[in-house]
Amino acid sequence: MRTAQVIMETGAHAAALAVKCARVDVIPGYPITPQTSIMEALSAMVEKGELDARFIPVEGEHSALAAAVAASAAGARVFTATSSNGLLYMHEVLHMASGGRLPVVMCNVNRGIFAPWTLWADHQDSFAQRDTGWIQFHCSSNQEVFNTVLQAFRVAEQINIPVMVNFDGFVISHCFMPLNVPAQEDIDRFLPLHEPEWRLDPAHPSSFSNVTNAAEYASFRQMLSQDIMASIPLVKEAAQSYKDITGMWDGDTIDTYRMEDAEVVVLAVNSMAAELRLSVDILREQGIRAGLLRPRLILPFPAQDIIDALPQNAQVMVLDRNYNFGHHGGILASELKSVLFGRRHDITVKNRVMGIGGVDLTRRFMADEIRAMLDE
Amino acid sequence: MTTSIKKLPDTEQVLSGNGACGGCPATMALRMVGKALGTNAIMLLTPACSVASMGMTPKLGYNWPCINICFATAGASASGITHAIEIMKEKGRLQGELPTVFSWVGDGGTYDIGFQALSAAAERNENIIHFCYNNEAYSNTGVQRSGATPRGSFTTTTPTGKVQPKKNMPMLMLEHNIPYVATATVAYPGDLYDKVVKAKNISGMKYIEILAPCYLGWQFDMADTVQMSRMAVRSGAWLLWEAENGKISFNSPSSHIINGKRDADPVNEYVMKQGRFNRLLNGADAARRIAEIQGDVDREIAFMRERAKIMI
Amino acid sequence: MKSVTKAYRPISWPMKGAGGETGTWRGHRPVVNSQICTKCQFCWVYCPEAVIDRYEITIDYRYCKGCGVCAAECPTGAISMEKEE
Repeated sequence: MRTAQVIMETGAHAAALAVKCARVDVIPGYPITPQTSIMEALSAMVEKGELDARFIPVEGEHSALAAAVAASAAGARVFTATSSNGLLYMHEVLHMASGGRLPVVMCNVNRGIFAPWTLWADHQDSFAQRDTGWIQFHCSSNQEVFNTVLQAFRVAEQINIPVMVNFDGFVISHCFMPLNVPAQEDIDRFLPLHEPEWRLDPAHPSSFSNVTNAAEYASFRQMLSQDIMASIPLVKEAAQSYKDITGMWDGDTIDTYRMEDAEVVVLAVNSMAAELRLSVDILREQGIRAGLLRPRLILPFPAQDIIDALPQNAQVMVLDRNYNFGHHGGILASELKSVLFGRRHDITVKNRVMGIGGVDLTRRFMADEIRAMLDE
Repeated sequence: MTTSIKKLPDTEQVLSGNGACGGCPATMALRMVGKALGTNAIMLLTPACSVASMGMTPKLGYNWPCINICFATAGASASGITHAIEIMKEKGRLQGELPTVFSWVGDGGTYDIGFQALSAAAERNENIIHFCYNNEAYSNTGVQRSGATPRGSFTTTTPTGKVQPKKNMPMLMLEHNIPYVATATVAYPGDLYDKVVKAKNISGMKYIEILAPCYLGWQFDMADTVQMSRMAVRSGAWLLWEAENGKISFNSPSSHIINGKRDADPVNEYVMKQGRFNRLLNGADAARRIAEIQGDVDREIAFMRERAKIMI
Repeated sequence: MKSVTKAYRPISWPMKGAGGETGTWRGHRPVVNSQICTKCQFCWVYCPEAVIDRYEITIDYRYCKGCGVCAAECPTGAISMEKEE
């Protein structure tokens, strides 16, 4: 383990720095709060010659992802980033990237969705893209954002499925935290040059995504579904290999805290899960045997790892920063329940939605909420 | 001088037995594009007739690397590819002459849903060729109105005839200050070939629009496809021109109409030979309707004649 | 690095007949009268299907869709459209 430097950086700049370290070739970009500073940082790196890449200042997010997907089909390593309505605007191109098996990596800086307008974080944007066939990470610190972008490229290019790296607007994107930046040669060892097995190549003409008949289409979709599930061991391998090379660890498919003897398990994602470590400490001080289970991977949902991590007879308190419209509560709780059904009859699941549109989530507030949920 | 038919290369990039309708003008035009671009090119297609024509997975009727993309994205997607291959060459991962990146898009993907991304690509002066094969309607979905449909034309969404005139898309592209804009049509293959060769050798954004009379949408006998294209030009309903660095020049025979050496044929014969017009021209208002169509054609000729005089 | 499944990406390869045996679409067959033909190549240049040999002026009936553009554009009337049986 060699750390080249420790710097103070925002989450947005941590993402941009990881993109630079990944030696990305093409970056189409379009501004949207709070993602904008990623694109500003990357365009500056390109203009100053610090990053040997092309920055394409496109006219909208739909075009940003379209340019990224096409550049990927031409054989380049590509990155873009967005937030909120920008992510929604990309929706059909998200499907093209996954259906076409193009290993694009994108950061989504989580922000609530219009209408009405909000600038601040919740997870409705990324969770609304759950069924687009992208692998989705959710990160809880600036360091994890940096580490996960690099791991995302490795996984995406191994299995030819695009990867979305999500983290909260402002709380992560705009807050400074210490950042360990590994030596470039270590990163190069972890993430070798992108050598796609197929690309648009006039020497070997072939075409991408012609019309298919029903049986062929069904087969492609089935393979995508299977390969998304097959990415779980690759995610674990990437996290382990990254740890072996850099010494850093954020968890693999999940991250846990004080779970050994936990009776009450708190399940949440992103920055609120970092704060929840402190809530767990408060609850422990109050005599409640609490622990934290934070899925890093939301899609594919790490069912087996969650099942294995839950102690016998645990009560799981799911804190969702999104709504599962048409159901009571949030999407994480529904995902968890579907995993547990028929497999763990000993587990109780309770759920609250909180932090919508950036409502502040302090350790004491969340500890109080969890204690109140125990009495429900 | 325009390249003569016998001097056109043997190269065939459109392969026999593709899925296009018999007599398809888009396929006819694409053959000439293939002769001009050769094999070293990358083709992008938005949903359109030429996607239906290209064959179903795993068969391909064009001899290029091709990518099907989302409908609105021709400008953005072509930009992504051109930057990708340029940076990969700079980094030593690609060798040899870089391929030409070209989009092959209908009027829907150009005039309508694709306009935003295309305009942005032109404003950025991306190193691509955007071809619009313009059949003046959404032929692939069964002939609905587009921004390229002329006034008075029947489509399935303008059953009593389109009320508005078409927009002048090549002029809109010219006003993006791009290095090359041209119009062409299938009756003049040498003219089309020369324009594509010229575009291929210019760096930056190139826009070439090809009028593609579609017998299905326009409702005429498919054997008359080339004849219909010729009549469009002779009547002035389609003008052949090109603009290098903003300077417009007209190509024969449109140049003769513009400079007054030859009168444009009245639109009557052109219009009456097409079911999309003539099915609406059997009532008391026929004369007024034809006059409207003629008025739109006359206005465009007059406008282009004057616009070409601006040589800044 | 290998993917888990094979042929997972929708890729197609160039070949004649990507749209099938398109000669079966034909209602009328273009027939060239070599006595009249001047080999001007108009039929070849306007053929949308690339089924005409520009030098021999022969037609690949396996794929010719019988649109009749060649006959309509032939300046000497050397191509006639004959009804298929």
